[in-house]
Amino acid sequence: MTAVLEQNVPPPHRWIAASRASDVETTQAVTEPLFAPAGRAWWLALLASLPFVLWFFGSIGWLFYRGIGIWGINSTIVWGVAIANYVWWIGIGNAGTLISAMLLLTRQKWRSSINRFAEAMTLFAVAIAGLMPIVHLGRPIYAYWLAPYPNTMALWPQWRSALVWDFWAIISYLLFSILFWYVSLIPDLATMRDRTSSRAGQLLYGAFALGWRGSATHWYRLQTLHATMAALGVPLVCSVHSIVGLDFAASLMPGWQESIFPPYFVVGAMYSGFAMVIVLALAFRWGLELQAIITRRHFEVMARILLMASIVMGYSYATEWFMGWYGGRHSDRSLVAFEFAGTYAPLFWALLFCNVVLPQTLWFPAVRGSLPALLAIAVAINIGMWLERILIVWNTLSHDYMPSLWRSFHFTFWDWSFLIAPLGLFAFLFLMFVRVVPSISMFDMRELAHRESVA
Amino acid sequence: MTGRLLAEFRDPQALKDALGRIKQARHRTLDAFTPYPVEGLVEELAIEASRIRPAMLAGGLLTAALAFGLQWYSAVIDYPINSGGRPPNSWQIFWLVPFEVGIFAAAVCGVVALLRSCGLPSLYHPLFEIPGFERATQDRFFLLADAEPNTEAVNNLREVLESSGAVVVTEVREP
Repeated sequence: MTAVLEQNVPPPHRWIAASRASDVETTQAVTEPLFAPAGRAWWLALLASLPFVLWFFGSIGWLFYRGIGIWGINSTIVWGVAIANYVWWIGIGNAGTLISAMLLLTRQKWRSSINRFAEAMTLFAVAIAGLMPIVHLGRPIYAYWLAPYPNTMALWPQWRSALVWDFWAIISYLLFSILFWYVSLIPDLATMRDRTSSRAGQLLYGAFALGWRGSATHWYRLQTLHATMAALGVPLVCSVHSIVGLDFAASLMPGWQESIFPPYFVVGAMYSGFAMVIVLALAFRWGLELQAIITRRHFEVMARILLMASIVMGYSYATEWFMGWYGGRHSDRSLVAFEFAGTYAPLFWALLFCNVVLPQTLWFPAVRGSLPALLAIAVAINIGMWLERILIVWNTLSHDYMPSLWRSFHFTFWDWSFLIAPLGLFAFLFLMFVRVVPSISMFDMRELAHRESVA
Repeated sequence: MTGRLLAEFRDPQALKDALGRIKQARHRTLDAFTPYPVEGLVEELAIEASRIRPAMLAGGLLTAALAFGLQWYSAVIDYPINSGGRPPNSWQIFWLVPFEVGIFAAAVCGVVALLRSCGLPSLYHPLFEIPGFERATQDRFFLLADAEPNTEAVNNLREVLESSGAVVVTEVREP
């Protein structure tokens, strides 16, 4: 497969690295990977991700059979990898909508190159995140008790419980994200309907395009709805991750009961999510040959956002330490000391290195311009953010008020399974996605090309 | 004879020029079909604002109120639990669930309002019969204009469209 839109070096335009990108060329460049037979790289990637998918579902099966004792959790450290995963995945999930909606509201036209797959990232990540609290339940068969429904037990959910808030937050957010994603997908599905030559494709894309004809009235209505949903999406995303923060902050534990948690979690979500978008953008750009559409300038601006977020993260960590000391409680002070010098200290230092120190190299234009360096930093940030989440769980639970209860967490095989295998499922879902749905918003790209006068 | 003509243009500027000429010639423009939202068409075609946003607001608020009412009823009347001495009506934290489901319900209402106001889904439309119309979702810009249903007016409209750079002008038989 050859790139339809040839990349020009140096890029002649800010957001499109081609001297000419007519509507036809833009459309072809995006639809080509869907019509061409899947290449060898796609099949290899699919083959590589499949075992992880089986591993993940096998692990869930074993967990349901044996119970959560297969993990390294114990009666002191009652939360473990599943909870850290939940926070990490939903953080990545939050970023897609947040990025897309915020960039839409602030009229950053360059979003058109990244918004579609960033939103798809949201769907997949939130779906994986939603599984984590359920698998962490001691009796997952009763997960549906979280929903208020008329039942013979005359039971109602406990509305003051953080678990119930999570349930509503995840379900509302997942369904909202699907709608937000689908609304902006309708015109592109119509393009697919009109371009595909296979009967099945015409029927399927045609059904999902709902009969879209690109009428000026339709566009006007669609833009109204999309902008309004974006304006609602930003507070929704912030509230969802704030609720995740409240899972911890609403407790009485040292290191958790902090009012900074909700905003600090939201920034962390955006941070890890942007890092994941960079990783995905690099993969898409290479795999689908979209060098002309996802330009180096896109990576440059995303790197700046990472840099900003890393500074805010560093500030949040410092605030936590300061408040731990300034609050004067022995339990808080000794927890901070335990973070820096206790059982998990090497991981804590690694976290600080990945999230705060390493991203400072992004001050240098040479680093922002180097794609391998950006990839390395983005992966490091995602590792750092996972470490942050697991350490929030471990440090507090391992260093509670009662010294006689102090214990450590030890990884089991099944902890590793729930950490690694979902990544394979995530990759698998994305591989399916690129074969079915245009991964770049075509109508947004056409508009961008006309605005940049390259069409 | 319906008097409706569909003109195909290569670029949005030609379409916009045609709009002005059609107005001068006292014909009506009904709708435009473009592969991306072209700025200015809404004003030129005088498309009315929709009621999508009021529908979203109403749906969101109503659902939020319902969610709050459900929590209040279950926690105060039907199933009061004393959890750490907190009052049964812990209204401060009862805002969380209504906020989440309210936004989701607003989105659902918005999508329904969008589909209703656009007349979608309608998988078939007479315009789909016109050869080349499939490019309206790819790279061509179409304009649907209306003249008095007599040969003279239609011919005049056709001339106006062709002179403003229309590649093809097709008569639309069905409404």
